[in-house]
Amino acid sequence: MTKPLLSVRDLVVEFPTRRGTLRALDGVSFDIAPGEVLGMVGESGAGKSITGAAIIGLIEPPGRIASGEVWLGDTRIDQLSPEAMRRVRGRRIGMVFQDPLTSLNPLYTIARQLTETIRTHMDASEGEARARAIALLDRVGIPAAARRIDDYPHHFSGGMRQRVVIALALAAEPELVIADEPTTALDVSVQAQIIDVLKEICAERGASVMLITHDMGVIAETADRVAVLYAGRMAEIGPVRDVILQPRHPYTAGLMGSIPTLEHAADRLVQIPGAMPRLDAIPAGCAFNPRCTQVMDRCLRDRPALRPVAPHHASACWLVDDKGAHHG
Amino acid sequence: MLAYIIRRIVQSVLVMLAVALVSFALFRYVGDPIYAMVGQETSLEDRAALRDSLGLNDPFVVQFARFVGNAVQGEFGISYRLQQPVMELILSRLPATLELALISGMAAFVFGVAAGVYTALRRRGALSTAIMTVSLIGVSLPTFLIGVLLIWVFAVELQWLPSFGRGDTVTLPWGWETGFLTQSGRASLILPAITLGLYQMTLIMRLVRAEMLEVLRTDYIKFARARGLSNRAVHFGHALKNTMVPVITITGLQLGSIIAFAIITETVFQWPGVGALFINSVRVVDVPVMSAYLVLIALIFVVINLIVDLLYYAVDPRLRVERGGVRH
Repeated sequence: MTKPLLSVRDLVVEFPTRRGTLRALDGVSFDIAPGEVLGMVGESGAGKSITGAAIIGLIEPPGRIASGEVWLGDTRIDQLSPEAMRRVRGRRIGMVFQDPLTSLNPLYTIARQLTETIRTHMDASEGEARARAIALLDRVGIPAAARRIDDYPHHFSGGMRQRVVIALALAAEPELVIADEPTTALDVSVQAQIIDVLKEICAERGASVMLITHDMGVIAETADRVAVLYAGRMAEIGPVRDVILQPRHPYTAGLMGSIPTLEHAADRLVQIPGAMPRLDAIPAGCAFNPRCTQVMDRCLRDRPALRPVAPHHASACWLVDDKGAHHG
Repeated sequence: MLAYIIRRIVQSVLVMLAVALVSFALFRYVGDPIYAMVGQETSLEDRAALRDSLGLNDPFVVQFARFVGNAVQGEFGISYRLQQPVMELILSRLPATLELALISGMAAFVFGVAAGVYTALRRRGALSTAIMTVSLIGVSLPTFLIGVLLIWVFAVELQWLPSFGRGDTVTLPWGWETGFLTQSGRASLILPAITLGLYQMTLIMRLVRAEMLEVLRTDYIKFARARGLSNRAVHFGHALKNTMVPVITITGLQLGSIIAFAIITETVFQWPGVGALFINSVRVVDVPVMSAYLVLIALIFVVINLIVDLLYYAVDPRLRVERGGVRH
């Protein structure tokens, strides 16, 4: 395997509160190869967005990275000075947020927000930056970009605004784009277009993508590999096809069962009983044990580590024995 | 835009008419103006004749129309006390009040915004805590007490600054009497300006701080940070401008209050402005001055409000309707 672009090792993110310290992320490790699209799925509160925020160094205080390492290429970025980290943001890692309606500053034109970003990271005159900005808008599919660039965000529809957000995230040609639920706030009819634009441009430029979503359909169509998070821990990670067709963690299996398909027209969708535990009430052993249909004594006692079950495919479940065979 | 301005002007005229009605009612119900004008030895017949010749027996509507007609031409009658035209009296006193209000308003705005931004950005700093504590004093101490304390410290004990009056003034060609051009005029301005502006400054500071904290939590600020913009660009370029709409509203309204409430400060510092003129007129029920003052203050409020509403357009592009709504 080629050297990973992003490497996250045993990342622990904690939020100190009055009632004790909450672990929002507990020992998460994964790699993203250059040009790869890694999907990250899980329920709300599983730690997907926190992972993105931790990588880009924007965890809201009092939250902090308690331990672990984040490597971008040959640089360890979790301990950079604020100023050095600022130069990484936008330049090497771009980020797309969930809600395009609130991601753009309402008081400035698109032109100003784009040229400002370009000129922060690149050596360009105002004119050059503007030309680049128009080319970018054109590339993300804004019609009549040269004219629309001087409009304000409120002149654009939601889908168009998310295209502008993508243009902004890609303005300084980052190597990695973290897209945090980029389509959740959008109309279903434009979701696919936005994902296509994002994927195409990143493929063109060889940029890697970390796609955070809870939409398994988007993951199936877009991602090369998928990581499943549960209660701040990695439940399963592997190539999309393997994880979807042969999930090795009961939680992943439950997630797959909750996607409606036309081929298997079932009367009821499978749902996972119960809810994800709150961060201050994660059970001993496997965090999923209260909801698991195949729970064993061992699951209540010991926490399963992430272990390989097939090439490039790993699962944190006691049903998988040490040789990688599955008992379930 | 034009329709909006016209609508606002019509509203302003209605407000002014309502104020004129109150002001006119002063004449009718605060004592009998005939008593105020004539001596004790005037006979009842003479009084009746005078009442008739002054039009005081005309129907209410006719009298009110005459009052409004005169007021529009700046004609408010003769002061009972000083036997001079009211308009002349007010115009000769107005420069003193306007200069005082302008300086204290500007100081309140500049220091208020600066302190507000500082305390929002350094929320837990020692200086921020100190500023916030002192600001509590500014909000809770009554104006006259602040004035008296300042006089005691800076005029009586330290003898740095004069305790009363405007100092030497220079009359500009168009009849404006200014204290800005002389050393003693400027020195005399300092204490009253602080007294008058302190409350407004703390108000603006607390408002800017609260708005700034609010804006710093928004998505577009997070996105601006995620693009690697410098702290300076994020705080002063993106955040500060977004706090300005409510700040402009409050500052505008406060400028009106500063002019209106200059009464107290002018009394404490024997400042020869319209506030002092008003207070002296109230003492002797000089109704023409009181009613003219009322109309004048209302006019100032209405004009400032109008200007503030137009300023919104300059700050917030979403209000500029000339380009139409959302385009796709």
